[in-house]
Amino acid sequence: MTTARLSLGPLLYYWPRQQTFDFYDEIANSTVDVVYLGETVCARRHELDASDWLTIGQKLQAAGKEVVYSSQVLLESESDIRRLKSLFNNNKYIEANDMSAVNLATEASLAFVAGMTLNLYNESALALMAKKGAIRWVAPVELNSAQLGYLVRAVASTLETEVFAFGRMPLAYSARCFSARHINRQKDSCQFVCLDTPQGLDVYTQDNEPFLTLNGIQTQSVKSCDLLADIPLLLDLGVNVLRISPQAQHTPAIIELFRAVLDNKIEPQEAFNRANSLRLAAACNGYLHDKAGLDLVASRHVGSY
Amino acid sequence: MALPFELVCPAGSLSALKVAVDNGADCVYIGFRDDTNARNFAGLNFDDVTLRQGIDYAHHRGKKVFVALNTYPQAQGMKRWQSAVDRAVAADVDALIIADIGLLDYARQQYPEQRLHLSVQGSATTHEALAFYHREFGITRAVLPRVLSAAQIAAVTRQTPVEIEVFGFGSLCVMVEGRCLLSSYATGDSPNNHGACSPAHAVRWDQVGQNLETRLNGVLIDRFAEGESACYPTICKGRFNVNNETYYAMEEPTSLNTLELLPQLIAMGVRAIKIEGRQRSPAYIAAVTRTWREAIDLALRDSKQYIVRSSWTTELDRLSEGSQHTLGAYHRPWK
Repeated sequence: MTTARLSLGPLLYYWPRQQTFDFYDEIANSTVDVVYLGETVCARRHELDASDWLTIGQKLQAAGKEVVYSSQVLLESESDIRRLKSLFNNNKYIEANDMSAVNLATEASLAFVAGMTLNLYNESALALMAKKGAIRWVAPVELNSAQLGYLVRAVASTLETEVFAFGRMPLAYSARCFSARHINRQKDSCQFVCLDTPQGLDVYTQDNEPFLTLNGIQTQSVKSCDLLADIPLLLDLGVNVLRISPQAQHTPAIIELFRAVLDNKIEPQEAFNRANSLRLAAACNGYLHDKAGLDLVASRHVGSY
Repeated sequence: MALPFELVCPAGSLSALKVAVDNGADCVYIGFRDDTNARNFAGLNFDDVTLRQGIDYAHHRGKKVFVALNTYPQAQGMKRWQSAVDRAVAADVDALIIADIGLLDYARQQYPEQRLHLSVQGSATTHEALAFYHREFGITRAVLPRVLSAAQIAAVTRQTPVEIEVFGFGSLCVMVEGRCLLSSYATGDSPNNHGACSPAHAVRWDQVGQNLETRLNGVLIDRFAEGESACYPTICKGRFNVNNETYYAMEEPTSLNTLELLPQLIAMGVRAIKIEGRQRSPAYIAAVTRTWREAIDLALRDSKQYIVRSSWTTELDRLSEGSQHTLGAYHRPWK
């Protein structure tokens, strides 16, 4: 029977040190299969350093998880590059989120996961990544189900496909820190304002519709992507890994909902309904259904699953 | 002997291309009339006939034409992008500007001698990323995203064999180019998947009482009081409410203008300045090209005497979005 593995994406927010350790202790006890670790958004965040992430990674590995270290998405300074290079120490398994990381992995002949910010939209780009050592790719959130299915089939013999399946979607990156800008500070003197917003800073339109979430230099959807009801469709397309993005509360419960659907213990739509009390905001799945990303489309898929 | 320093100007039509050449562009960049380029707007861009006419016009005057194929070929669409590469090469373009690694691979395999530039949509911000594109595809030049400070541009330029081109003037992308899905989140279409940011079909201008409201697929992007000058609804330049404060949460409607950095950019080894705006009118292209030609000539002739002339600033501000300009990320405190 077709099934998929579950992954936990990198922590996108900035939480206090102890909260982060506690969070991953809970994750070690969850049924998630793959865990991505490390700071991908902002180099100024320093509650945990590289050795702390390694410690967490070792604990997770001891608990039977596949551990992948995610690289920073936007690299600007020489110190960003030095930090990226040190990520490649000890032959760790890396998620490359920029071509700089792909270059280093290629030079070191290391297998890597091709991250969602590499802009892999077609079979030629994916074939090239496979040739360079990628063993899995994370689809851009923009892909619709027809595109996704086509690409999954095209790469099935060389690459696993991972899909962002739950959480606020990363939509954009900037040199500017919008969290610091909100309180009239510059990035270099931000005083780590994002520690105050463990789920980001919500942006409303002037007619009071929640729209986006500011998370330092990253802008996210305010809505939570939720593909629980679309799991049969994703399995039919041949997706191998479903990614859940960490949030400060309820992450283990969300993982268990996905697990229950994959184990046929609960109907996908019922799982989606139960997640209503677990999401940070309203749900969306528009991209998968060839709509605007913020739309929510009821899944009518009746799969072979 | 100083390295050549090129002024690269945009053209969305044959007449814009001609005025760019006439007013001092060294190179003009253009796109085909479809989603193979990131200014996929109705009424804009080139077909095979106008492309050849444009190239003839430029080449007769010793100038170059670049073709931007700078969107990401979508699943099942690869053939269309590959054919765009074939058509551009057949027309004898001087360089192809490409973002996607699959398309770069195709262009390099098919046309080993063709000059390839990495588009800004490729999001390369480090010498390590450029090393990848250089080794794998033999790119000659890369356009850097508008996110690096001047010192960071200098550091990249120092450590790469790839020529560096940077943006000098025009609309300011606040987000890293190639890594912004804000437009598709609201409308379904983005630069990466449809070659357009804030597509016209999703835009609405509503007069509501005294206010003018701009919406993108129904999402309110800004509300302008009477007398306020309204601008096109781009998400990153809208006014939103955060913690009960309404302001430009990401960026004001402003233009990038790096005239004052010109001698510094030349000195650090940057090889070309790019002007944004293939969607602009020939009159705009003429005025901007003329101003930058004058500035570059002065900076190349005598960098010590170089100052930004007030006539240049006046002329460019007149043409700018919101009549404001900024150094953007080139100036560190902007971040």
